[in-house]
Parts: sequence; structure tokens; C-alpha cells
Amino acid sequence: MSLNILVLAKQVPDTRNVGKDAMTAEGTVNRAALAAIFNPEDLNALEQALRLKDQNPGTTVTVLTMGPFRAAEIIRESLYRGADKGFVLSDRAFAGSDTLATSYALSCAIRNLGNIDLIICGRQAIDGDTAQVGPQVAEKLGMNQITYAEEIQSVKNDIIRVKRRVEKGIEILEGPLPMLVTVNGTAAPCRPRNAKLLMKYKYARIPNELQASNEDYTTLCNSRDFLQIGEWSVNDIVCDNSELGLSGSPTKVKKIENVVFQAKESKTFTASDNDIESLIQELISNHTIG
Amino acid sequence: MANLYKETPELKFHLNHPMMKHLVELKERNFAEKDSFDYAPQNFEDAMDSYDKILELTGEICSDIIAPNAEDVDHDGPQVVNGHVVYAPGTAKNLEALVDAGLMGITLPRKYNGLNFPIVPYVMCADLVSTCDAGFTNIWGLQDCAETIHEFASEDQKARFLPRVSAGETMAMDLTEPDAGSDLQAVMLKATYNESDGYWYLNGVKRFITNGDGDIALVLARSEEGTHDGRGLSMFIYDKKNGGVTVRRIENKMGIKGSPTCELVFKNARAELCGDRKLGLIKYVMSLMNGARLGIVAQSVGLSQAAYNEAKTYAKDRCQFGKAIIEFPAVYQMLGLIKAKLDASRSILYETARFVDLYKTWGQISEERKLEPAERDEMKKYQKLADACTPVAKGITSEFCNQNAYDCVQIHGGSGFMKDYACERIYRDARITSIYEGTTQLQVVAAIRHVTTGTYLNMMRQYENEEVAPELEDLRETLKGLTDTYESSVAEVLAFKNNDYIDFQARRLVEMAGYIIMSHLLLIDATRDKQFRLSAEIFVQFTEGEIAKHAGIIAAGKPEEMTKYTKCMLSNA
Repeated sequence: MSLNILVLAKQVPDTRNVGKDAMTAEGTVNRAALAAIFNPEDLNALEQALRLKDQNPGTTVTVLTMGPFRAAEIIRESLYRGADKGFVLSDRAFAGSDTLATSYALSCAIRNLGNIDLIICGRQAIDGDTAQVGPQVAEKLGMNQITYAEEIQSVKNDIIRVKRRVEKGIEILEGPLPMLVTVNGTAAPCRPRNAKLLMKYKYARIPNELQASNEDYTTLCNSRDFLQIGEWSVNDIVCDNSELGLSGSPTKVKKIENVVFQAKESKTFTASDNDIESLIQELISNHTIG
Repeated sequence: MANLYKETPELKFHLNHPMMKHLVELKERNFAEKDSFDYAPQNFEDAMDSYDKILELTGEICSDIIAPNAEDVDHDGPQVVNGHVVYAPGTAKNLEALVDAGLMGITLPRKYNGLNFPIVPYVMCADLVSTCDAGFTNIWGLQDCAETIHEFASEDQKARFLPRVSAGETMAMDLTEPDAGSDLQAVMLKATYNESDGYWYLNGVKRFITNGDGDIALVLARSEEGTHDGRGLSMFIYDKKNGGVTVRRIENKMGIKGSPTCELVFKNARAELCGDRKLGLIKYVMSLMNGARLGIVAQSVGLSQAAYNEAKTYAKDRCQFGKAIIEFPAVYQMLGLIKAKLDASRSILYETARFVDLYKTWGQISEERKLEPAERDEMKKYQKLADACTPVAKGITSEFCNQNAYDCVQIHGGSGFMKDYACERIYRDARITSIYEGTTQLQVVAAIRHVTTGTYLNMMRQYENEEVAPELEDLRETLKGLTDTYESSVAEVLAFKNNDYIDFQARRLVEMAGYIIMSHLLLIDATRDKQFRLSAEIFVQFTEGEIAKHAGIIAAGKPEEMTKYTKCMLSNA
């Protein structure tokens, strides 16, 4: 069966390769010092979508990302790997969004795309590590969701079968479409970029990128539909502005501090009530908890 | 993220050679396909940008997948299961990544789903892959064979086989037999024509066949019953889907252990004739081998690069007597020479690749339309240069990569002799490069006529006229003097009018020619980019020493000398 699949992807600072200037003096991430990359688990999600496309002729894979204009790179990277089209949701009104405001904006944008059979996204982004956006989007759209997926095993007769990685093993779940699935980093790695697709889509741009640069290929982009990446601002989605950006973000950061892990001697506790009680007492007294 | 292409800026330098504009415009027929294929380039800059991007993609796969797999592949190796090859798991992953990335059929025309790249960027991909895993280059690089189908097979065969290569099916060229190695005229594999179904059937044994279980194979076989020489041999295409060929065993080799070297048994294997009967060896294999030899030059350069990278890293890291060993003259001298030989090898690799590109592209154009006299002359000029450069490049760069691997192990000291460092694998992998696709001795046989007819001398004199940076003028003067010495040595050998004696001194003369030509190329490179300055100086110095040694032996030599060697063997018998 042909499917209409949406992949949610995010451009993130590469926090895996941090140098000494990765944090500012104020304790926030110095985005300028870190390369902007495709969030790793979103690549795992894209691979699951592309595999379904390989198995189900007629399937389309659309990628949606929210971020600044340069996040169009995420769409291009997806096109190079086999996605069919993409949209960038970009507006100053979204600045400062926490997971609630982000999932609200994304869910409003997703309504623009009509009937979606399956939304696939990475479990979490390496900059925030919340794992909240996927589930919140499902909730806002009233969709079923399966989290921590390691493999989408099949989609048959509107039933999706997913292998899910849980703490002590795996679960195989089935559920009806439409469904939102979040994918773990333990899932299959994403395929490499494809040479022909790379050459085909290398000039794909959102309108704002074309305006901002002096590229010689504007005419080419305008004459080829597949080179036009969709760009949506707040005016292109139906939403309540008060739920966007900072005003829609109840999360308030009290303090950020650098935590340096220091390995010290280890202690072994048995499962006896006495041992657990003494551990809790110790953790409360040194303010680790409480 | 690691990316071997970005870490090897020499490649981009060679990619941006001034001759590329002409070459790309020819290859793209002035960008005639820009509107009919969505991935075809719009213009020269667009094409160059695409080559750069695809090399970056290749570099990423090399660093992320092929290099980390290399040690396991070397250890695991392929296996024979039920008469067919099962690759080592790492090999299978490497191949899957390159196929997914669409890096197959790189030089094939777009109508066969190829990328229509010139040979230069394709060879650069091979250069990169070889730096990570030289054995794997064989499996992937056998897509070269598709060029032979493209050049000589029928339209129908091209349409059936070439898109399969672009889609990722692997190839093999089945030439060698137990009694036909360097002497391919002795090939015995029998091809019998069956009137009733119009197919040929192959029977016999092939040996030492790289990737012998590949999906599509070019097979050299005896189609003319009763013949005993090369004129009775034809080329066939065998499609594995039809069956009839089994792998009897895989050789247990010294190096390139991930590359399956197969003994094949043909039992009524159905095949189809490629091109015309009787031209198998004399025309098609010669073309096949020239392409394959360029592939070995790329492999040699990649291995030299690997040897240099490993040696440099170790020498910086390893401390003895209170300092890093790279600070000792004995060590940095070796490293400097490895780098100079590497840079010189890469220069002649891409010079040769450009010559091959130009004459092959003119050849393809001549199939589409009649060439103008000037165009035909250009094709002939580059064909001659390609023919002259290929054996000298294959001979010298493969010997250099062996020397570089040797020095790399030496720099590692005792650790290099252990299995713990990559240099040990590089050393074993390098050893085959001066043997297969024609030994160095056979490259000398192919090259010597360009010594005697003056092709190399003309090339040197042409290079002398190229513009070089003022600070390199002294080096060029040195080279002019060395060329005079070479000219005298050639004259001295030829004066005896003794063909055996020419063969006896051939390797010395060919090496002299090769070193001088490579020195000139490095001067031209160093003029375009200062990063090659020191390599140019070191390599010219090396050349001076080698020329003095060879010229001295030749000056003192005479045909009677040869008997010393033949008698010495008799007395020991």
C-alpha cells in the first residue's frame, strides 16, 4: 500500500564533538562554535521512512523541520537520501519555544499537509534531550503513538507493526494508522547520500535562501519545481499566537551550571531495606535528592 | 566528522587542473544533457562542483565505513559456500554503502543510469577507497570492466548489462589460467558455438580471478578450434544468473585478503560473444588491461597515502631518547621521501588519467560523428601519451608504494612487525601492486618502445617549456641536465644494435625516463601550489641520484656483461 509519511527532523548543534569553547561564560550553548548537524536519531527515523518507501511503491516521504532558514539544509540532506519533498517552518514568532510551543507549532503545520498515515521522528534531539516533542505532537493531533521504536517491521492493511526497545528487552506492538512513531538511535543507521540525488537536489532552496544569496541558479530553481523547498511562516499556519515562542513556553530555566563528573570510589548496596534506607539518607544529607 | 577527501587536499588540487575545462566540456558534449537529466551539470562550474561533492561523499563513506572495517575484512576474508563466494561481513557493508550512495557506473553514460563522470574524478574515488582498504578497491573498481562492454559490445548488450552495473552488480574479468598468466596467448578455456540456440558455451578452468563470482564477467576463451595463439581468442560476457560457473576455491593470499581471488570451473556455462571473434586478446584485453592498470596506479597511490599517514602519525607519537622519533634525521628523511614519492606518484596518476580521458572521450565522440582532422590529431596525440604513460606509471608507482610501505613498517620499528598496527596490512597489501595487471618487468616491456622511439624524450622536452615559478628555475635546469644524461644513456644502449641488450638495460632506461617526467610534473604542481615545493625539491634530488646510478652502470656496460648473469646461473646449477 502506498503511504503518506511525514518525518520530523531538527537541525542541532553537534554536541557530540564539543571543543573547549562549546559553552559560553553564561553556561549556555555557544551555537556558533558547534557545527549544525542533522539530529542523529532523526536520521534513524528518516531511514525507517525510506525503507517503508522502498517496500511500498507510491509512498511519499515528506520532511518537516522547524528552525532558522539555514535549517533548509536538513531538507536537502533528506532529499539526497531519498525523501520526496520538504518544508521549513521558520519565523521569529517561534523563537524561544520550549517543547510545548514547538509541538504546538509543528502540529499546526502538520494540519497543512492533509491526511498523513504515519509520522516518524527521532526519539529526542541531542541539544535538549527531552524526548517530549514527538509524543506531544501525537497528543495534539489526537494520534496514537509508539515510542522508542527500533524497527518498523511492517505496515499492512492500515496496521503498523513496530519493534520497540524497552528497558529490559523488546516489545512488538501493533496499532492502527495513523500513528506517530519515535525512533531510537539503536535503529538501523541512515543510508548514505546518493550521488544522483545529491546532484539533482544540490540547488534546492527555500525562497528566503534564494533572496539572501547571489546565486547564479535562481532561474534554474524557479524553473524546476523539485528544487523549491516549501517555506512556512506563522502566517501560513492556523494557530493561536499566544501559544507560540516564548509566550507559549511555560518552561523556565532557573539556572544552568557546568557539571563535571568526578569518578570516586564506588559503594555496593544490597537490596535490603536497611541498605536502601541508609542510601536515601545519605543522598538527602548531601543534597543529591530532596 | 572525519572525511578522507577533506583530509587529502592534494586530490582537490589535481581535480582543479587547468586541462579539466576542455576535458569536461568534451565529456559533457557542451552540456547537451542539462535539460534531459535532472542530475546533469548545467555548465563547467556546476560539473566541477558535482565532482567535488561526490568525492566528499566518497570520502565520508571511506572514513566512516570502509576504513573502520578494513582490519576485520583482512582478518575474516571471503568464503566459498556451495560453489559461490560469500564476502566478509565488512566487505558486504562497504559494498552496500557504495551502492546505496550510487557510486557504481560512475563513468558510464547517463542513458545507462551512469553518472557520466570523466575518468579523473572516478580514479580519485579509487584513490580514496584504496587508502582505506586496497583489497576492497578491487571488488568495487572492477566496474571498470563495464567500459569494455561500453566500448565494444552491441547496443543490445549495452542496454542489458550496463544499467545493471550502475545499479550495483559487480564484475570480473576472467583472463588468467593455470598455464596462461603473463602469457595470455596460451589461454585454453574452450568456447563452443551452439547453432540451435545461438549461444556460446564455455568449458574449462580459470585461476587467480579477482571477484571471480561477480555478477557479470568478461571471459577470454578460445573460440577457434585448432588455434594456439592469441588470434584464436574471443571475449565473452558471462551472466551469473545463467549459471554454469562454480568457484572451486579461494586463494589464501599474502595481502588484499578481503578480495576473493577465485579458481573457477566452467561447465557448459552459457555466454555471449562481446564484439568480434578473434579480437578477444589482441584488441579487447589490451583495452581492458590499460584501464585496469590505471586502476592499479590509483591503488598504489592510495596505499602510499596510507603508508604516509600511518608513518607520520606514529613518528609524531612515538618518543624515544626523550623526544618524538619524527625529530631524528634518520626518520624525517624517510618520511620526506615517502611524501615526495607519494606526491610524484599522484601527479603521474592524474596526468595519465587526463590523457586517457581525452582520447577515450574523443573515441566516444567519433562514434557519434565524424571527427575534424584537428580533433582526430588530438585524439591520436593523447592516445599516444596515454599509452606511453600508463606502463611507466603502473611500474613506478607500484614499486614506490612497496618502498613506502616498507619504510612505514621500518618507522614503526618492532611494533610494525606486529599485527597491532595498520602498517603491517598495508605492507602485505602493497606487495601485489607490482605483480598483477602485468608485473613491473612487463610494464618495462610495454614502455621500452617509448624509450627507443623517443616518446618520453619528447615529453620531457615539452615539459621543459612549461611555465614554472622563478624559484624553481634551478630545479628545471637540473632536470634539463638529467635529460641530456638520459639521452646519452639511451644512445649508448642503442649503439650496440642488440635487442637482448636493450631488454637487459630496459628497466634502468624506463626508470630514468619515469623519474624525470615525474620530476617535471612535480615542478608544474609546485608552480600552481606551494604545498608541493618541498616534495619537488626532494624528488628531483632523488631523481639525480637514481639517474647518476643508472647512467654509470649503462656507461660501463656492454652486451658481453649479460653473460656474467647467465653463466652465474649455470655455475650454480
